[in-house]
Amino acid sequence: MHAIVIDDSRAMRLILRRIVGQLGFEVSDAEDGRAALDLLAGMETVPNLALVDWNMPNMNGLEFVTAAREDERLRDMTLVMVTTESEQSHIVRALAAGAHEYVIKPFTSEAMIEKLALLGLVPTGANS
Amino acid sequence: MTLSAADFAFVAGLVRRESAIVLTPGKEYLVEARLLPVARQAGAASVAEFLAGLQRRPDPTANRSVVDALTTNETSWFRDREPFTALTDVVLPELVTSRAPTRSLRIWSAACSSGQEPYSLAITLQQALPAGWRYHITGTDISTEMIKRASAGEFSQVEVNRGLPVQQLVHHFTRSGTGWKVTPALRENITFQQLNLTAPLPSMAPFDVIFLRNVLIYFDVETKRSVLRSVSRLLRPDGWLFLGAAETTIGVDESFERVAIGRTSAYRPRVQVPAGALGKG
Repeated sequence: MHAIVIDDSRAMRLILRRIVGQLGFEVSDAEDGRAALDLLAGMETVPNLALVDWNMPNMNGLEFVTAAREDERLRDMTLVMVTTESEQSHIVRALAAGAHEYVIKPFTSEAMIEKLALLGLVPTGANS
Repeated sequence: MTLSAADFAFVAGLVRRESAIVLTPGKEYLVEARLLPVARQAGAASVAEFLAGLQRRPDPTANRSVVDALTTNETSWFRDREPFTALTDVVLPELVTSRAPTRSLRIWSAACSSGQEPYSLAITLQQALPAGWRYHITGTDISTEMIKRASAGEFSQVEVNRGLPVQQLVHHFTRSGTGWKVTPALRENITFQQLNLTAPLPSMAPFDVIFLRNVLIYFDVETKRSVLRSVSRLLRPDGWLFLGAAETTIGVDESFERVAIGRTSAYRPRVQVPAGALGKG
């Protein structure tokens, strides 16, 4: 399993890397949506999971999700928004753009693991 | 059964030293509720007895159990998931057949805490029941404070992050200040009331499904037996009882039989065979 963490905060990238790393994911990261698309274009196999911040320079998370949904090659990648944007209208926009799940910051590692379990991305027993 | 101020101060000091988490006064109920299973496991009759022993004879392992019990596991939505899957895949389809004449179901969430379980049940029923069906959920808890919270149906951002699929969040909740509030459509079929499972139960119409999860672990065997007996009187003869993953009726109350459903189990009243039907020999 392979995940890509897309967030302009280095601290948040480290936190998310650690959480999904502990679940057994190989982890890549990028600091904005544009950098992530460039990184993904050069990868031989597409990650199973992308954890995507909303507010980032160059290309924000919503634009990244929209672009990823339009790219046939990235079709099987599960998209989870991880953001401080907590208004209902933001969540609805992210879902409409194609995000599969939405985690609002701040979150605990248990909360993140439970969300990934809902998506079938946690091996049985790893969240207990 | 509220904790004494001295015991609370001891626990708060221990948790602060070991985890940096500060337990402010007013959390006595939480401390008592979380520590009861730890105390029972250590062989103590009460939290007070357990804490008295710990203060007399410090024990790093017991300290760790106290800190763990108080710093993890706030209630999740669809907690453990499997019982809700069992409900959707097996229990509700069967009830939809057997209750077709009335098209109505009654569910009891018997230790509902701050309400995540009854609201998760309501979401499950709204999704799974055919059009034209009605349901009613009764949520009870020993704590009036928890019943007040559950009844208000308001949850913090951190609480809604715990196991609630985001599609359900936007469908069944609206923003309320910095948190979220359940919609009237989800709230309207749930009644909350304070209830002590170890006292004589009030008269209630029988239920088709009872969720009695993670509550028997707080009791000794005699109390477990007595709670199961009084709960079983409120379960319909072909109803379903769900217990916590670490709980069972086996060895406690043989009037139930265990039914494996997927990766979980439910319990059903055993069919009583009249003595005359057994025949001779």
